[in-house]
Amino acid sequence: MKTGWVVAAFAALVVLLGVGLTLNPREVPSPLVGKAAPGFELPLLHAPEKTFSQKDMLGKAWVLNVWASWCPPCLVEHPVVTALAQSGLAPVVGLNYKDRREDALPWLKKHGDPYRFSVQDAAGRIGIDYGVYGVPETYVIDRRGTIRYKHIGPLTPEVSRGKLQPLLQELSREG
Amino acid sequence: MIPELGQLALSVALVVALVQGILPLAGAARGDAAWMGVARPAAHAQALLIAFAFGCLVQSFVVNDFSVQNVAMNSNSALPLHFRVAASWGSHEGSLLLWCLMLGGWMSAVALFSAHLPESMTARVLGVLGLVSAGFLAFLLFTSNPFDRLFPVPADGRDLNPLLQDAGMVIHPPMLYMGYVGFSVAYAFAVAALLSGRLDAAWARWSRPWTTVAWVFLTLGIALGSGWAYYELGWGGWWFWDPVENASFLPWLVGTALIHSLAVTEKRGAFRSWTVLLAIVAFALSLLGTFLVRSGVLTSVHAFAVDPARGVFILALFVGAIGSALVLYAWRTSRIGLGGGFEPVSRESLLLANNVLLVTAAGAVLLGTLYPLALDAFTGGKISVGPQYFEIVFVPIMAPALFLMGVGPLARWKRASLPELAVLLRWALGVSLAAGLLLPFAFGQWHALVGLGLALAVWIVATALLSLRKRLRQTRAHYGMVLAHIGVAVFVVGVTLVNGYESEQDAKMVPGDSVTLDGYAFRLDSVRPVNGPNYRAAQAMFTVTRDGAPVTVMRPERRSYPVQDQTMTEAAIKPGLTGDLYVSLGDPLEGGAWLVKVQIKPFIDWIWGGCVLMAIGGLLAASDRRYRQPMPARREQAAEAAA
Repeated sequence: MKTGWVVAAFAALVVLLGVGLTLNPREVPSPLVGKAAPGFELPLLHAPEKTFSQKDMLGKAWVLNVWASWCPPCLVEHPVVTALAQSGLAPVVGLNYKDRREDALPWLKKHGDPYRFSVQDAAGRIGIDYGVYGVPETYVIDRRGTIRYKHIGPLTPEVSRGKLQPLLQELSREG
Repeated sequence: MIPELGQLALSVALVVALVQGILPLAGAARGDAAWMGVARPAAHAQALLIAFAFGCLVQSFVVNDFSVQNVAMNSNSALPLHFRVAASWGSHEGSLLLWCLMLGGWMSAVALFSAHLPESMTARVLGVLGLVSAGFLAFLLFTSNPFDRLFPVPADGRDLNPLLQDAGMVIHPPMLYMGYVGFSVAYAFAVAALLSGRLDAAWARWSRPWTTVAWVFLTLGIALGSGWAYYELGWGGWWFWDPVENASFLPWLVGTALIHSLAVTEKRGAFRSWTVLLAIVAFALSLLGTFLVRSGVLTSVHAFAVDPARGVFILALFVGAIGSALVLYAWRTSRIGLGGGFEPVSRESLLLANNVLLVTAAGAVLLGTLYPLALDAFTGGKISVGPQYFEIVFVPIMAPALFLMGVGPLARWKRASLPELAVLLRWALGVSLAAGLLLPFAFGQWHALVGLGLALAVWIVATALLSLRKRLRQTRAHYGMVLAHIGVAVFVVGVTLVNGYESEQDAKMVPGDSVTLDGYAFRLDSVRPVNGPNYRAAQAMFTVTRDGAPVTVMRPERRSYPVQDQTMTEAAIKPGLTGDLYVSLGDPLEGGAWLVKVQIKPFIDWIWGGCVLMAIGGLLAASDRRYRQPMPARREQAAEAAA
């Protein structure tokens, strides 16, 4: 009788751990989703004399992808970001994060530049506003400038096809 | 070539493990001496093969063979040699190989030191260990091969995580694994006993030294991890209730319960089925710890690269090893019998209460550790359980356990008399109450928790001394127990005083500035650049004075490791018997200023000192002569008859 309880408790623990395997503890809902994208004005990576602000994109949905040349997972997601940009669903803007220009430009040259353009956040100030804690990160921002989705870590083909692209299609229909 | 040899050795070890897992168990069931005889040579062969494979991996790290993926990901040509060796177990794959190596070592030790056991018992224990080892070797080879090659070969490696580049980290994982893996021996003895149907005093006696030694290693491993966190993470905490820390603490709590329960089973034949269950649960919690670290179901500073396939494999191992043992337990438990009876006031019942408290504490920690997972699984909510929860539930459970620690060793087996105990203990009680009321004033303000902690510590020491005086025939086992209990008291003093009287101050300082904390003045003299083999650092120099008299010079550093793009705080610590001074250097600010954190940690080293005393006590107890002697013939025959 007593032993039955032990076996039952063990089974419950195993079920819990099994379910746990299917979840991702790093998928923390961002408080930014549904809020206006924090404002910034940053120099372009390729042409530092020009600047870009998130306001320049009002009126269309777009994707902001945080990357850096020092970040190996950025290389992992690179083909996925390229495919997303080539799908033409929305412009993909790169936020080059805590990086040096002389490292970032050769990186793009070597691996290919998927971005409409990249802006440079060398000090990581904008990253703080956006709550960047794991590079790479990807944000979907709608035509009113509201963050609609945030992904932390490298984009996988599954996330891109299953979440980002349907969302972008929906956003383009809204517009 | 060398990595391929290592991989080949592992593959052969897996085959040997399967042979060791099947033949001796079948031989013990059939009474076939030849089949049982396979167990010992197979255990030694396996240990040698795994040691050879481990040597191959270390060699790849030493010669910077970056064509091996594991080396390329976790080492660098600029990494000093001793850290390159330690990097062998810095990754998931390498530490799993270390785990297998430890298991091989334990098996070999069991094979060597089991001459006094019946042949069928040795065969069963080694057979069960062989199966466990086969499971882990398969896990290693099929999901986490440490010898995978990388092509194209990178010019240099990605370096070892700077957090792991530390002497404490070099020995912490091996110690911890010795403990985790050691509980597999206690588990194997329990399963062997269940298989044979012989759960008697003899079984408990055989199992005791192994369990105690595993517990000693686990104690030291946890203490080292905590010490590492204290001086390496740079903000002066020594325990964080992080899921992975909890994962090592859970088997420790249950293992502590097991040690005491085994004592009752050996001496009085009581608690048999409870003891067996504890042995299974202690190993289950070791496996659960492995699962939590390796599968990525919980976030933690310790989490390794996440791979769901690994999680599924460990879960399968967990179900296989623990599920089958529990089913066997459920099937056999009705035949186990109750053993000697005892009165409500007796050493047995006090040890039972201690067991219940320790297991309750383990349950509370397990609940706090798994609750975020359960909430996420069933509602999708994300929370984390903080230290507050653990501190609130832990103190009320452990305080009575500490009180009983004083009474237990003085009570008689079977039946004790309360008035007699009261007379015996009245002085100890008076002294500890007085200590709780008065001692806190020596350190400053009186806090209830400080009073409680000090009273309990004094109580444990006073009763331990009393038991030394009262007992006529002293054995090593008894000295060991007394020493371990005093270790607990020392630990309690450390925790109590650190929590009660630690002080800290954050300051923004430029060279020339001073801060004062608890009478110590810390003056920042200079900050200068320093270069290490694989890092650059800013090193600050603080002159510490007290009432104008110089105390020490402290040099905290802020290091940046370019390969991994990580910044690390190397705190400067001035250790002392009555407390540590702790200075850590934070971020540089504008105008040449630095963020500085200054802390005073009264009696913190007592925490680890207590752990070391517990470990020495455990070793002393495990080395007691009676574990090395064959069982008296009379009992052996009785055991045979029972079987």
